[in-house]
Amino acid sequence: MLDDLAGKRILVTGGSTGIGAAAAKALAANGAMIALHYNASEEQAKAIARAIRDAGGTCHLVRGDLIRRGEPRRIVEEAAQALGGLDVLVNNAGSLVQRVPFEELSDALIDQIIDLNVRSVIAACQAALPYLEQAGGGSIINVGSIAGMGGGGPGASVYGAAKAFVHNLTRHLAGLYAAKNIRVNAVAPGVIDTPFHAATPPERKEAMRATIPMGRLGTAEDLVGAFLFLASDRMSGYVTGQIIHVNGGQLMA
Amino acid sequence: MSTSLFDLGGKTALVTGSTSGLGRAIAGGLAEAGAAVVINGRSAERLEGTVEALTANGLKAHGYRFDVTSEELVNAAVARIEREVGPIDILVNNAGIQRRAPILEISAETWEEVLKHDLTSVFLVGKAVARGMVERKRGKIINIASLTSEVARETIAPYAAAKGGVRQLTKAMCVEWAPHNIQVNAIGPGYFATDLNAALSADPKFDAWVRARTPAGRWGEPQELIGAAVFLASPASDFVNGQVLYVDGGLLASM
Repeated sequence: MLDDLAGKRILVTGGSTGIGAAAAKALAANGAMIALHYNASEEQAKAIARAIRDAGGTCHLVRGDLIRRGEPRRIVEEAAQALGGLDVLVNNAGSLVQRVPFEELSDALIDQIIDLNVRSVIAACQAALPYLEQAGGGSIINVGSIAGMGGGGPGASVYGAAKAFVHNLTRHLAGLYAAKNIRVNAVAPGVIDTPFHAATPPERKEAMRATIPMGRLGTAEDLVGAFLFLASDRMSGYVTGQIIHVNGGQLMA
Repeated sequence: MSTSLFDLGGKTALVTGSTSGLGRAIAGGLAEAGAAVVINGRSAERLEGTVEALTANGLKAHGYRFDVTSEELVNAAVARIEREVGPIDILVNNAGIQRRAPILEISAETWEEVLKHDLTSVFLVGKAVARGMVERKRGKIINIASLTSEVARETIAPYAAAKGGVRQLTKAMCVEWAPHNIQVNAIGPGYFATDLNAALSADPKFDAWVRARTPAGRWGEPQELIGAAVFLASPASDFVNGQVLYVDGGLLASM
């Protein structure tokens, strides 16, 4: 059913590691042409691109710091230039940045978390939508989070709120752009064992694992199916404004 | 590499109420994805016709007629299916009925009838099939929920109550069976034109309302549920559990 991914022009932000990397590789394996955005993880990004090209696929690297104003737009433009247009935008880049007790939040940290997880998503969508319209339709896949549902974990107040922002923005855009044949959905990962959790203490990971009905943390590969499903019009052409939770049952929305 | 994520080759899928409408489309889709499908319905004629249509296209299909509201008949049928076709890897609890009337005009009998067909059946068939899945330590259960699992409109109170129950039963099943590597999720269809709501789609006023209320501006086609069914029936969703996936053209996302 994934035949329609062949030739699709897809930008994946934060595609050098973790979930983004797994999604980019899987989309490429199904024939999509990838623009892989990265910031700091240059070696990993190059390795992903190499793997995609070795397998006969197309992958353009686009570097940029999404926190900086103007960069999301520039990244989208560069990707669209390299790919000859855009069919799917995957807003995957994001980060908890740092766990900080609420009382100790600084303006600088609040700005960082919101600029990376919210503003960059808004800006990327704004930049990409004209391209999707030009293409006669397309889809946006935002990455939300389980944190965007229950208030977020310890020290992650602003991150949790930011991901809830992404969830509701997804719904708003879905309603707004459906008539233009553009679908907007989100994937909300649970606790996934990737570099995102590199700084999470083992006891905390174990405590979280104990609350997951499936008894294990997720892997980046566990998320791949949801991205493929949402990127394919054949599979999800009547699905928009939805959040697919991939969390082993940890939270049942 | 990734295409095998959605491959159902070697799997057996039971889809209740699959001789027409959404169940028929889902069964066909699972079969095209490689599964051997067990078709179920109440009419022997439609059952035979459906199985024939699928096998004529080179797909693997078997027909079993049983009443999903009878515990005895359900248990007997599931035992027969697992003996004659094979262990059930995928269960789609799709069978359901609709009875429309204002609450003040609904009899206790009608209430019970709708609950029995739309909610109790999910429990009965789910239980019967899950026994084997728990032993085998693997399985996929997909319950068909509804827009009315979340929101309601007039004249469908028993249906909404049942579908709300299906949503919660999905989560309860997930909690108990996830540790056994069984994923239990639901699909919530939006407005699809089928026999069940033929009266609605034929009504110009209602049709106009659906088109205006749905961001996609149209009804869904039954085939458009297949992607979600294949996703939830396949390894692509192995870490997705206890969720309801709405396929509704954006209706629930909008006001």
